[in-house]
Amino acid sequence: MKYLDEFRKKEPFQAILSKIKSLPLTEISLMEVCGTHTVSISKSGLRSLLPPGIRLISGPGCPVCVTSLEDVDRVIMLAEEGRKNKRYIIATFGDIMRVPGSHSSLLKEKAKGSDIHILYSPADALTLARENPEKEVVFFAVGFETTSPTFAATILQAQREGLSNFSIISNNKLIPPAMEVLLEDKETTIDGFLCPGHVSAIIGTAPYQRIVDRYQKGCVVSGFEPLDLILSTYWLMLQKRDTAPRVEIEYSRVVHPEGNAKALALLNQVYDIADASWRGFGVIPKSGLVLKDAFSAYDGTKKFDLPTPEVATPHGCRCGQVLKGMITPKECPLFATRCTPTNPVGACMVSSEGTCAAYYKYEQ
Amino acid sequence: MEDYILLGHGNGGKLTAELIETCFLPCFKDPVLNTLQDQALLEIENHRIAFTTDSFVVDPLFFPGGDIGKLAVCGTVNDLAVGGAVPRFLSVGFIIEENFPLEDLKKIARSFSRAADTAQVRIVTADTKVVEKGACDKLFINTSGIGTINEGIDFGSHKVAEGDAIILSGDIGDHGIAILSSRKGIAFETSVTSDCAPLNLLVHEMLPYAASIHAMRDPTRGGLGTILNEIVQQSGFGITVYEDALPLKEEVRGICELLGLDPLYLANEGKLIACVHPDGAKELLSAMKKNPLGKDACIIGHVTKEPPKKVVMETRVGGSRFIDMLVAEDLPRIC
Repeated sequence: MKYLDEFRKKEPFQAILSKIKSLPLTEISLMEVCGTHTVSISKSGLRSLLPPGIRLISGPGCPVCVTSLEDVDRVIMLAEEGRKNKRYIIATFGDIMRVPGSHSSLLKEKAKGSDIHILYSPADALTLARENPEKEVVFFAVGFETTSPTFAATILQAQREGLSNFSIISNNKLIPPAMEVLLEDKETTIDGFLCPGHVSAIIGTAPYQRIVDRYQKGCVVSGFEPLDLILSTYWLMLQKRDTAPRVEIEYSRVVHPEGNAKALALLNQVYDIADASWRGFGVIPKSGLVLKDAFSAYDGTKKFDLPTPEVATPHGCRCGQVLKGMITPKECPLFATRCTPTNPVGACMVSSEGTCAAYYKYEQ
Repeated sequence: MEDYILLGHGNGGKLTAELIETCFLPCFKDPVLNTLQDQALLEIENHRIAFTTDSFVVDPLFFPGGDIGKLAVCGTVNDLAVGGAVPRFLSVGFIIEENFPLEDLKKIARSFSRAADTAQVRIVTADTKVVEKGACDKLFINTSGIGTINEGIDFGSHKVAEGDAIILSGDIGDHGIAILSSRKGIAFETSVTSDCAPLNLLVHEMLPYAASIHAMRDPTRGGLGTILNEIVQQSGFGITVYEDALPLKEEVRGICELLGLDPLYLANEGKLIACVHPDGAKELLSAMKKNPLGKDACIIGHVTKEPPKKVVMETRVGGSRFIDMLVAEDLPRIC
């Protein structure tokens, strides 16, 4: 913790802040595409300190938020079915529990008696499967490149043990394709990206080089502490001032340009890349991870006859535009009126990493 | 409002507040209850009495630094103490699931009795119920308490004023982390133990300075963040808290970082906060520090006029942000 404290000190932070203020550049829009960055920016009060023209906008960085309504509905329906047949145990990470589906949420299904477990690690789901051999343990796997390797490792472990009552419903997604979609969109203004620290620890920086080359936008891989974030902001401003977009790694204490070879090998071993449906974006080509055919036995989408839900998008919800950074949460008419953390309408208000939740909690 | 009760309705945060406001207060309609303090302050033939009740459903029953018996005494004693009352009498009700080991029940009863001795309260009435297996989880306890209030003592959010110093009696989050560390599924090793303790021993040292104390609360379920919000809601003032000043054990801080928990919302069972007239804060602080329960007491913030009904944190790097009430269910059955 003492090490981290170095990145939370006031003096170096204020020194970079005054450098930012002394730059001739007064207008820039930078997007972070990591929910942990979103929370850290709000929680540290960073936005409150920056000059108004220096805009930090939040993108699709919260995996729970970008999970499509249909995918949420489908798992809710599986949980309902499990309540009737008493055979299914649904496992998932905490944040997805409260995400409203079209008609219910996993949290409400749990209250009604569905067997749903909030886990901290996919490996715990294997323990559940071992302890409940007569039941099917289904992990609703939501996450980006950071979490996907742990699911891959869990599946390989299940295979080694011959556990046949464990499967995942993969909603694992890839961040760089979404960044490119945003840059193709004429309605968005993005001058550069604060690239996700932990995702980049896995994938390295090659995908960002493509963004620099194709779109001439700066990419700085940032850490999560206030000093990391202000330094990355400063670097992106320098890049814009000099019209010299490039990939830089501010989070060099964790991220290497080549990424994590072991984790990437795991991903390649277990997953195929496929098109995926994102909330707010629709289908993004080659942006999702699905299990390879060799692992069909662990693929919940193949193991169970998953229903096709009738999706009812909540009226007036502008999560889609928030996720694309086209509006801030405060510009959504439902924000803090009809949509609050206790009565959320959209996913961005639910997840602890959701942009609306972060604004509501820390900046309202 | 949800159609069914969710675990979050019991977390002491926003959902609990919503439930109380929409389901209970309109039915019970009592002006004393409506003040929503930790205890009811009553006057019976010129005697001033504090009365409170609390139920305990903690899981597991035994945790580092305590058990449900000790917790059931401290929880009720503390609710009386922070009202400035001297706790005198306790009632206890046990709801026991069939097949519960008698040895454990005896252990809990002994712990209950020890805690009552320490807190110098008498257990004067009790009740026992047994329910069939599955109708409750192992053991639930309810305690009620009566205390007397000395003349001249009047604490409450109505007395909070601009400029008041916010004093916190020590490190936050210990109880929450101790419970979490012993929970099935997420158990981890830590030296952090619950701070569960009878606060009347500390309050006793504070009462000579009662004239400076405007309000006092114990940040249990929902944590410090929630209790500060309750104070601003009830008083109409704002509160600014300094991130730098928040006392927190290094280990608690580390575990929070790892698990993504916010120590502001972790439960405490042996801490209090006081809103104190700035002129009396220093004196009170040194009196508190003489007691082991207040040795780490410090000023963590101040009452402000603006923004009304909001808690603001001045962050370490010099920014500012709001502190909201606990919303999501962080951890059920912590007390």
